[in-house]
Amino acid sequence: MNRPRAKSIPPKVWAGVVLLALALALLPFVAAFAGQAWVRILNFAMLYIMLALGLNIVVGFAGLLDLGYIAFYAVGAYVYALLASPHFGIHLPFWVILPLSAGIACAFGVLLGAPTLKLRGDYLAIVTLGFGEIIRIFLNNLNAPLNITNGPQGVNLIDPFRIGSFSFARPEVVLGVAFSGPQKYYYLLLLITIGVVVVNLRLQNSRLGRAWEAIREDEIAAKAMGINTRNIKLLAFAMGASFGGIAGAVFSATQQFVSPESFGLFESIIVLAMVVLGGMGNIPGVILGAILLTLLPEVLRYTMEPLQNALFGRVILDAETIRLLVFGIALVAIMLYRPAGLWPSAVRKRELEVKGGTA
Amino acid sequence: MDTFLQQIINGLTLGSVYALVALGYTMVYGIIGLINFAHGEVVMIGAMVSLSVITALLGAHVQLPSVLIILAGLIVAVLVCMTLAYGMEKIAYRPLRKAPRLAPLITAIGMSIILQNLALMIWGRNYLTFPTLIEPTPHNILGASMTDLQMLIVALAGLLMAGLVFIVQRTRLGMAMRATAQNPQVAGLMGIDINVVISAAFVIGAALAAVAGLMVMTYYGIAHYYMGFLLGLKAFTAAVLGGIGNLAGAMLGGILLSIIEAPGAGYIGDVSNICGFPCLGDTLQEKCTASDGQLSLFGSNYQDVFAFFVLILVLIFRPSGLLGERVADRA
Amino acid sequence: MKFNRSLGLTFVAAALVTAYGCGKEEPKKVEAPATAGAPAMPGATVKIGHVGPTTGPQAHLGKDNENGARMAIDDANAKNIVIDGKKIKFELVAEDDQADPKQGTTVAQKLVDAKVAGVVGHLNSGTTIPASKLYSDAGIPQISPSATNPKYTLQGFKTAFRVMANDVQQGSVIGKEAVTTLGAKKIAIIDDKTAYGAGLAEETEKAAKAAGGTIVAHEFTNDKATDFKAILTKIKAKSPDIIMYGGMDAQGGPMVKQMKELGIKAKYIAGDGVCSAEWPKLAGGAAEGQYCTQAGVPPENMANAKDFVTRFTGKYGPIQVYAPYSYDAAMTLIAAMQKANSTDPAKYLPELAKISYDGVTAKIEFDEHGDTKNGAITLYQVKDGKLMPMAMNVGGKTEKVGAAPPTSSMKSDTKAPADTMKSDTKASGDAMKKDNKAQ
Repeated sequence: MNRPRAKSIPPKVWAGVVLLALALALLPFVAAFAGQAWVRILNFAMLYIMLALGLNIVVGFAGLLDLGYIAFYAVGAYVYALLASPHFGIHLPFWVILPLSAGIACAFGVLLGAPTLKLRGDYLAIVTLGFGEIIRIFLNNLNAPLNITNGPQGVNLIDPFRIGSFSFARPEVVLGVAFSGPQKYYYLLLLITIGVVVVNLRLQNSRLGRAWEAIREDEIAAKAMGINTRNIKLLAFAMGASFGGIAGAVFSATQQFVSPESFGLFESIIVLAMVVLGGMGNIPGVILGAILLTLLPEVLRYTMEPLQNALFGRVILDAETIRLLVFGIALVAIMLYRPAGLWPSAVRKRELEVKGGTA
Repeated sequence: MDTFLQQIINGLTLGSVYALVALGYTMVYGIIGLINFAHGEVVMIGAMVSLSVITALLGAHVQLPSVLIILAGLIVAVLVCMTLAYGMEKIAYRPLRKAPRLAPLITAIGMSIILQNLALMIWGRNYLTFPTLIEPTPHNILGASMTDLQMLIVALAGLLMAGLVFIVQRTRLGMAMRATAQNPQVAGLMGIDINVVISAAFVIGAALAAVAGLMVMTYYGIAHYYMGFLLGLKAFTAAVLGGIGNLAGAMLGGILLSIIEAPGAGYIGDVSNICGFPCLGDTLQEKCTASDGQLSLFGSNYQDVFAFFVLILVLIFRPSGLLGERVADRA
Repeated sequence: MKFNRSLGLTFVAAALVTAYGCGKEEPKKVEAPATAGAPAMPGATVKIGHVGPTTGPQAHLGKDNENGARMAIDDANAKNIVIDGKKIKFELVAEDDQADPKQGTTVAQKLVDAKVAGVVGHLNSGTTIPASKLYSDAGIPQISPSATNPKYTLQGFKTAFRVMANDVQQGSVIGKEAVTTLGAKKIAIIDDKTAYGAGLAEETEKAAKAAGGTIVAHEFTNDKATDFKAILTKIKAKSPDIIMYGGMDAQGGPMVKQMKELGIKAKYIAGDGVCSAEWPKLAGGAAEGQYCTQAGVPPENMANAKDFVTRFTGKYGPIQVYAPYSYDAAMTLIAAMQKANSTDPAKYLPELAKISYDGVTAKIEFDEHGDTKNGAITLYQVKDGKLMPMAMNVGGKTEKVGAAPPTSSMKSDTKAPADTMKSDTKASGDAMKKDNKAQ
């Protein structure tokens, strides 16, 4: 289930890229052998890759701890939901809403970023956490006095992604190959995910990426070097938020139903865990973290009961209880054995060896 | 007026519990700069353990006065929580003391998930009821009502906080704690065993959490394996509001948070009544007439929004909380 | 879907290595209803799915539902049901969706992959609605025991059913009963801002106004809260005759307790989410004399209800809220299969739509949307820590239920609920202590 990373500047190993592309293209069919559920899980893994990469800009690149990141995902999801559903009777096409979702989420990013620029570390964490909750509560309550979000009932019957009459929600046979709904979405998500990954890779090595890194390492020094820390930090929030918005719009289209309960605090925490666990600031690491934390609970869901049957001959603990327990243990164990993440960035690694970070 | 007073009394009770839990966050943060996300779960474990002990004692037909039964539950819970916190620090946080800042945060989240699911296995998924050992008798105070249980909670919380301040300000351990908070390396050079000090911070915080757990359960009469999460979050917010790392700040934050959030949101509802506004849209106008001119933009459904909004305002003007000191940047 | 022994064994072996879907997916039809057409065999296994949150804050409800469905499966297996010449062994595939809509679709897909013949669930409207689309696409009948959002059955899916009154049905009864039967004029409403609580509160508000009551306050809390004193204090100032709550018993219990502590004399009424045997216990005796409603007819009127309650509590402990509905949902699926003499969803679905089955909660019949047909709703009052039926609303008409044991005279109760409350608390407090000992 592992997806090797995509290289930004392809060297001579074109063959490798072709193989990778082939593997990614065939993956949903391989997964379908294990069940369509796995295709769906892959789709969610890609959603989380987008989210984790977006958060990585804020936390990994710029070093700003954000515990309310899911708010932007929520904003993106609701923008799509409201503009492509019978709720307001508006049905805009996907490609029109996608940039709109990104844009509005971006505006919210600035809205959050602006008042919190002065805050450091954990104070920022609590403010962003509060911001995330505020957005969720607003979504949950904006059905009165005027019904905007339809409150806790959520928005239903959202348009699926479609090109012409080719809807992504239906199974269909194209050129003699049967595609299920989730499989079609897989390719759409793959396309967008690759886009997001490429943008992130380019960002990291850009002027902006280096400015973020400078701020993360030492804000005062960065300022002294002539970096406009305020704007650069705001940009981190804004860009991170845009990716969250894109992921949200895609989520809306795949799910065709959104309600505020999808955007709780725990989601923010899990995305943060993906970033830190994978290796903050390192794009392949973050992708790995996102894939791992999406797949792990699902793999456990499928294996815990058979495993107990094999070991003890009967099911001692429900799969669902032990599933989360093992998940928690895995989080702790991975951090203990790889404190800098599973695949830390080379720069980080060097730093750790030299000064050993502050606790 | 009695409504206002009643709200203050309600807030004070809940606030004392928040404050006790917030102290646990703040002590750990003050010394090693870690947000111990699992602290809320320690409160839950405290509540669950004391519940088990108390129901077991009641079931054993031992004719003891209720006060003794509660005390027994409390002592066992405190001991269990202290051991738990000690173990947790040793296993999940100590190895990461030199790791990047966010690593222990993730282990804390992991510990929180583990504790929750362990509790689920041990105590089950159902809401557990706590026997009414102290019959809540409401007393009338200037038109507002306050039960003796509430008074007990406030008094006990106050006593414990005073005790903690004494430990931190007047004992050798307290001095060592303060020194470690200032500069662990130098404190180590002065002959302070930092590991002991950090463990002590965790253990004392856990003891307070256990007491808070029992208080919450007696007060509300129910316990659930998920109760720690929300409580922990509120207490953490309180700690930040007061200035995380500062003991007095945690107490102030706890009480302030519970006093402002709920009643505040109530009054906001009256203030944001939009029916008085000119040029409302037709739909809104209709709704106003339908609800007898009682149409507010924000009601008690925005309670948490209000609380977080106050927090954000405070932090914008005082970036390190109400009583927090302006500390140097952390990497 | 049909396993002989060796296939079953291969499946277990395969499952050990990787995921448990591997073995099953070999007949490689994707998202299509399972076809039943294997040669006559002495036995066949039919899978029935159940989904609910068995971890997270609502785990107690999820597990409760799962146990309800599980007991139905066990009961059905004990009856040695023969369908289409085969002895059917039913198997429950229980999944956890953590009340998360995203996981709701993932596990729904897992059930579709596993070719379940029918699904009981999900618990929450938020997970039921997105999942219902998947079941509909796969042609698998789904009966939710607890999703009350009216939208669930209004999506036009032929496979979506529920055995629970929806918010409109129940809310309108609560609002009406509060005004007419309980004689309240000034009504305060609290809801927990979940799809269920808010939906119910909205309908209650409409019905109460229609019946001539005035709404003096509408306050909000959330489904994880334990402290309601702030909103109750605010409500107290408006001195309502009755407080109506849209939410669950875990909040409803502490809420009435805090009402009493604040000296609020108003009556209290809540929907089925609160109406569990646990509620009086969670309230620590303070729920005495208060009211709640439940979909279905009083257990006294149902032949098999009492039996169900004793057997269920004996096996799994106290019923939380929806286990009987979950039991009925599973039993209804099985009854439809028997009637159609087929376990093929495509064949038994038409039978399910027009079924008439005597469940433990009510006679189960579906209307054209898949909602329960003119479902009866019963008003209960807490007496001596137990829920006692006092009135029943069928198709908008209220009937008094006289069968209830001691002194169920409504008039005296409405006059002096406060007195009843006082005198009864002590007794129920003691009863509760005993209960705790028993545990």
